[in-house]
Amino acid sequence: MRDVAIVAFAQTRHTDHDTGLSEHELIQPVINEVKERTGLKRFGFTCSGSCDYLAGAPFSFVSALDALAAWPPISESHVEMDGAWALYEAWVRLQHGDIDSALVYGFGKSSLGDLRTIMTLQLDPYYLAPLGLDQLSYAALQAAALGAERKELDEIVRRSRADGRGNPYAFDLPDPEGDDLAVRPLRKADVPPITDGAAAIVLATGDLAGRLHPNPAWIRGIAHRTEPHYLGMRDLARSASAADAARAAGVGKGPVEVAELHAQFPHEEIILRRALELGGDTVINPSGGPLAANPVMATGLIRIGEAARRVHDGTARRAVAHAASGPCLQQNLVTVLEA
Amino acid sequence: MPSDPLVAQHVLEFPGGYTRTTGPVIGRFLSELRARRIVGVRTAEGRVLVPPLEYDPATGEPVTGEYVEVGPAGTVTASAWVDEPLDGHPLDRPFAWALIELDGADTALVHAVDAGNPKALAPGARVWPVWSDRPTGHITDLAHFVPEVTRITSGVRVEYRLQAGGALRVFLEGIARGVFLGSRCDQCEKVYVPLRRSCPECGGAIQETREISDTGTITTFAINNLPDPRAPEVPFVSAYILLDGADIPMIALIGGVPAHEVRQGMRVRAVWVPESERTASMANIRWFAPTGEPDVELS
Repeated sequence: MRDVAIVAFAQTRHTDHDTGLSEHELIQPVINEVKERTGLKRFGFTCSGSCDYLAGAPFSFVSALDALAAWPPISESHVEMDGAWALYEAWVRLQHGDIDSALVYGFGKSSLGDLRTIMTLQLDPYYLAPLGLDQLSYAALQAAALGAERKELDEIVRRSRADGRGNPYAFDLPDPEGDDLAVRPLRKADVPPITDGAAAIVLATGDLAGRLHPNPAWIRGIAHRTEPHYLGMRDLARSASAADAARAAGVGKGPVEVAELHAQFPHEEIILRRALELGGDTVINPSGGPLAANPVMATGLIRIGEAARRVHDGTARRAVAHAASGPCLQQNLVTVLEA
Repeated sequence: MPSDPLVAQHVLEFPGGYTRTTGPVIGRFLSELRARRIVGVRTAEGRVLVPPLEYDPATGEPVTGEYVEVGPAGTVTASAWVDEPLDGHPLDRPFAWALIELDGADTALVHAVDAGNPKALAPGARVWPVWSDRPTGHITDLAHFVPEVTRITSGVRVEYRLQAGGALRVFLEGIARGVFLGSRCDQCEKVYVPLRRSCPECGGAIQETREISDTGTITTFAINNLPDPRAPEVPFVSAYILLDGADIPMIALIGGVPAHEVRQGMRVRAVWVPESERTASMANIRWFAPTGEPDVELS
């Protein structure tokens, strides 16, 4: 395997409403920021993650290329998933050996429609989507299957919001109050905030990484796994695919100082901590995590960026990032980063 | 519509819907639904997948061609409660989403349950399907599920004609006049109220009739928190009252005093309805109210 490191990470100051910026206007600042940090103007490979259904327009990701400088032609790809999977594709592409840098970005404006029902469109069209099963409803089913203590869930929301208030890119959300219900057992405070935002990461191999950053965050393990889509075919109280991905990425081979988990709801954090076998010593989501800012399709990539940031600034020697996709943590991607 | 001229509504829609082929496995399941049957498909390992998939998610192997009728009832393994249904939901009133393991299946079906209230669907609850009126071969041919029948309500009403004769007639005639009538057993030297013609202690006949005071002492009482048509409000107090001159207490309501102030030994007096409203009925006594006299030491 070629050594690949994260050498730059940038994200927008996320907003809880549509500012009216087009998608390429949204991403251009973060693309420019990672270009300036690395001094790179061109990349061996570019890959993005987004979801056309968020904007309700086919191939909406294509217009986002206007932010990139795509002429003369660049080598470019896209995943209809969170940008974390674009990073995985770029990491694979770098393993080919013929290029040494890659630009990855993810973006989404979930304020344009009703995210709860837009997410119904990702469900299988025969058995689930016709029922109108929506994002909060299937998340609530998973919370019920887990059956976590309300006190533990509340503490996760409180901690996430408090950490988010210390993160200039995330929202200033107050400590959760009251017990307004969403879809039971979820409460409104358990639901991640509607967020528009974007993030970008630059990957570099070997010597180039060392030249671009004094403390590259080396990807020492990266793996993703999936499990059956249909909710009734799996045990929703645990995440077998996250556990498999964590094993394949080698999470347990050393202490994990920081873990950034793509847990959109507090019960997902409990499931993921168990799947990744994270102990009490691991700091979870010091950025505030998705409960403090959830720019859908960038949220997972931001977890990788936030974990890399801890390695870049020397606060962690070994960090883990997790990204999820699909209903009820169907797909999970785990990245191990080391100084 | 938005009032800002630079904000527009945008709708993404496939007019008439989006046509999909089902393939043989899902097509069989939906055809069986149209015939109001629920089937699963057996995997090479012998498990029954409901709803059927073309490949076993555990092994990746194609499933067998064997279809097994399951349910129609099943057991809930987890549920979530929707207080405010969305337009696209199967029910327009609060309902539950549930994972339902249909009888004979090894996996759970996701569907809506018209459970009435969020506490009705604990894990383990049994549910049965409600079919749509005109099945067309769609997952919504199963309109929703409902909890298994575990109880019924049956009406009970019988009418009787009761007549007060003997001692009760004499007692109630006294009540109609605003007087408690009692009787004393010479043998046992006990005064009973209401009046009776035989002594429950010695079995001897009692001839005597005497008027008893309408004041007395509370010997014990209960605070009732369940409504009763005969009581003025909740909570109300019912008490044993030993009328002055009687040896056996009678039960009556206590009024004119907060429930928490009622106590043993409290002196009370009957509150009679106005004479114009009186009948030969215990309803003549609204309740007993404190007299304000000092409490009595009970022996």
